[in-house]
Amino acid sequence: MRNKETLVILAAAAAAMATGAHAGKLDDVRAAGELACGVSEGVPGFSNPNSEGVWTGLDADICRAVAAATLGDANAVRFVPLASKQKVLAVSSGQVDMTSRTTTWTMKRDSAEGVDFTSVVYYDGQGFMVRADAGVTSARELDAATVCLTTGTTTELNMADFARANGLTLEPVVFEGKREAVEAYASGRCDALTTDASQLAAFRAGFADPSEHKILPEIISKEPLAPFVAHGDNQWKDIVTWVVYGLITAEELGVTQANVAEMTASSTNPNIQRLLGTSGDTGGFLGLNSTWMVDTISAVGNYGEIYDRNLTATLGLERGVNALWTDGGILYAMPVR
Amino acid sequence: MVVVIAILYVLFSNTQENLAIRGIESGFAFLGHEAGLPIGDSLIDYSPTRSYGYAFLVGILNTLFVSVLAIVFSTLLGIVIGVARVSRNWLLAKGAAIYVETLRNLPLLLTLFFIYTVVLAALPHPRDAIALSEGVFLSKRGFYLPRPVAEDGIGLFLGASAVALVLAVMFWRWAKSYKVRTGRSVPGLRGGLAIFLALSGLAFLASGQPLTSELPVYKGFNFKGGLSIKPEFASLLIGLVLYTAAYVAENVRSGIQSVHAGQIEAANALGVSSGVVTRMVLLPQALRVTIPATTNDYASLVKNSSLAVAIGYPDMVSVGGTIIGQNGQAIEIIAMWMAVYLTINLIISLGMNMLNARVQLVER
Repeated sequence: MRNKETLVILAAAAAAMATGAHAGKLDDVRAAGELACGVSEGVPGFSNPNSEGVWTGLDADICRAVAAATLGDANAVRFVPLASKQKVLAVSSGQVDMTSRTTTWTMKRDSAEGVDFTSVVYYDGQGFMVRADAGVTSARELDAATVCLTTGTTTELNMADFARANGLTLEPVVFEGKREAVEAYASGRCDALTTDASQLAAFRAGFADPSEHKILPEIISKEPLAPFVAHGDNQWKDIVTWVVYGLITAEELGVTQANVAEMTASSTNPNIQRLLGTSGDTGGFLGLNSTWMVDTISAVGNYGEIYDRNLTATLGLERGVNALWTDGGILYAMPVR
Repeated sequence: MVVVIAILYVLFSNTQENLAIRGIESGFAFLGHEAGLPIGDSLIDYSPTRSYGYAFLVGILNTLFVSVLAIVFSTLLGIVIGVARVSRNWLLAKGAAIYVETLRNLPLLLTLFFIYTVVLAALPHPRDAIALSEGVFLSKRGFYLPRPVAEDGIGLFLGASAVALVLAVMFWRWAKSYKVRTGRSVPGLRGGLAIFLALSGLAFLASGQPLTSELPVYKGFNFKGGLSIKPEFASLLIGLVLYTAAYVAENVRSGIQSVHAGQIEAANALGVSSGVVTRMVLLPQALRVTIPATTNDYASLVKNSSLAVAIGYPDMVSVGGTIIGQNGQAIEIIAMWMAVYLTINLIISLGMNMLNARVQLVER
């Protein structure tokens, strides 16, 4: 009899836990006073701790932008480095509030794995890097080559697909961490290293003599890199999505970190007024303050400034396809209105 | 019991509910889907068109393969070092002590990284590989050996060898029983081995030497043909063997030291050779202390093999991690990891307990 009672109590407790009222993620983040943001374990230019232990890079700045928009403080971010195979689970289980971590937006992740992607922050593609003296000019000449790569990413699948499509045999050596894969390539264990082309450029820039390595011309996949949030909280998803669109729109409209205060005070352009909250209530659509983009741009600058600071200045990566649509690229933010 | 089942049920249903809320698929259906992932080192024929389940099996076999080899070699090395530690030779004993203390006090991961990134990476590029003898090459891409290739008549040779083996075992058993009956000793083991070697050697010649070898040849990026041992596998095996041998050596030492000195002195007083004293008096008593402790070390070895993921060997954890990355089905994969490790370790413990039961004191 006693056991039956215990069972009933446990079942009731479980039901209470499962159906307990859940406030939105925005309220959770505000209550915590900080944004838990998943980043990579160290990819220069995207998210990488600098010599003082401060996270830098495009992905890290997106975390700061969201913190500025939601909490009014770009420094209220707790960066959580995530290994590749943890990233999706960390978000879907609520361990972090969002992830901004060179993650490819794929159908399966977006639909069947409990996360929602927001908006693309970088259009990338997978490439190969080899030693300049290897005598290879195309990835199609890599037959029988040994290739170093990282586990738990789309990289493995793309490489296998590329090899099958071109009748190549590529011998993979798969590592848990990016650093181990790069070191193995550098030590000569592998003939080639494969990952997203932007990261290849980042790693190449970090070698003692970058001219000893070259990135082959073939881009074998589409890698739209986008931040993502847990499935099921539409308001939170909208916030992360529109913070990124806001940053891109700011670049389009010429609003910069330097002139944002002046623009807020005196701009007569209705698009700028809407973006900066001096007319209409774009912040209110998301449940944020009307100064959401002012706070964000003052803290991290617009998309172009973030890109230049993190990717052009340090890695020499040109904008290329990641230029604004008005400059011949494919970066096209939905209208903020 | 009811409470335990209730708690398990609540945990299970809660997890299910949470997964459903978050829109995560659950169940093992994904195991049948095409994996698409490349695996570098596989014991069975594998290609990315195989299923996730098959890829996971490749990982399990890799884990088993490296674990079994590491258990065998760490046992042999551990016995040698353990005996050396109690040796009366000062240099030998101190050397063994330094080995044991160093290896036991370093994290295994560090040892693995050292072997992988320092020792094996220092080998030359395959272009300038060290040729040890014909068809045997050492390079940072791995060790290459000639691969035996079966020719016509191999069946005949194998059949004859099997017959030779049966004859050899029969001789060995006859020698044992002859000794029990008459007290006179016949070299059963050596005789048996001689019978086997002589007969199978004759069969090899008679069937027209049906075994040739395929030599590895450097071509393009790497060696083609032959047998290869990848540096990742070699590092993991060497690391596990060196590390576990230090623990096994301690078990062997404590086993030997647990045997009362009077036993050995008494046996020596009988005037039999020291080999016989070791085999018939020392070892049976030492094993009683050594085996239970070693069982734990074997179990640790199997679990430690999961560090493979750090140095790029595609063991079960590495392949499973990739599957989680592709599918997000962490609960299923982690359950499979747990099930496989549990099974392997239960088998080890069962086997070791049976061995232990045979050497334990039988009290009447």
